[in-house]
Amino acid sequence: MKAKIHVYLKPGVLDPQGAAVAGALKNMGFDEVMAARQGKLIELDLSGDDALAAQARVDEMCQKLLSNPVIESYSIEMV
Amino acid sequence: MKSAVIVFPGSNCDRDAHDAIERVTGEKPAMVWHQDTALPEGTEFVMVPGGFSYGDYLRCGSMASRSAIMPAIIAHAQSGAPVLGVCNGFQILTEAQLLPGALMRNAGLKFVCEKTPLSVTNGNTRFTSRYEGQSDLIIPVAHHDGNYFADTDTLDRIEGEGQVVFRYGQNPNGSARDIAGVVNAQGNVLGMMPHPERAVDADHGGTDGLALFESLLGSA
Repeated sequence: MKAKIHVYLKPGVLDPQGAAVAGALKNMGFDEVMAARQGKLIELDLSGDDALAAQARVDEMCQKLLSNPVIESYSIEMV
Repeated sequence: MKSAVIVFPGSNCDRDAHDAIERVTGEKPAMVWHQDTALPEGTEFVMVPGGFSYGDYLRCGSMASRSAIMPAIIAHAQSGAPVLGVCNGFQILTEAQLLPGALMRNAGLKFVCEKTPLSVTNGNTRFTSRYEGQSDLIIPVAHHDGNYFADTDTLDRIEGEGQVVFRYGQNPNGSARDIAGVVNAQGNVLGMMPHPERAVDADHGGTDGLALFESLLGSA
């Protein structure tokens, strides 16, 4: 079983890396880019076969280590 | 006062911290490895030094803040004893939730390494009393992730409570409200991005960091 965790900056938190990515895309002629936000994708390989229980554990991992609630939000996708 | 400096894989200011403490107290601090689970008996002052613990992976300070020694440091801080985190140490203390806010990538995206003008915005803490009204300091910064962030309510609260201890004269990293250093509500845990331990010797470009250690430790 795999879990995919997306970690991204909360709305309103300045994302200088995303801003730099958007600036570079515009410089390349992709004028339709209005903004970019850069986040992280973390994939976990998990033992066990109870997806619901696994998701609760992954949620705990997100709260305890994988995200910082001051600046980040996260979403979990069980695969 | 018995002191301890915590050493993580990737710490690189631990020896500067050691030397600054020894210069001020005449006593060598214990160097405590991050996999230890207790501070040496009788430890009063704990310094969490700068560096790149765990390669700054995931988020700066995030892994270090979950390492084996941290429960002892958190308990030490909660007992009211003094704890100082500098640079990566500041990041570790925010990740451990001993201090409010977070340190993000510099707004200019560049690593900044320079002497920076600082003002002491609260001279009544146990970390700043020996500045005795001196409010303008020059202390070096060296970091990639020193952009202090907290939500507006938190910023208003810590400013109102006098928890903002140092501010930049020329903001090098985009920090909210030019914040360079904050103490916790109890006043015994200080985190700051500038490096006072690198400003304790005139031969190394300045001594404006000395009074911080003297405030805490008394002079030798």
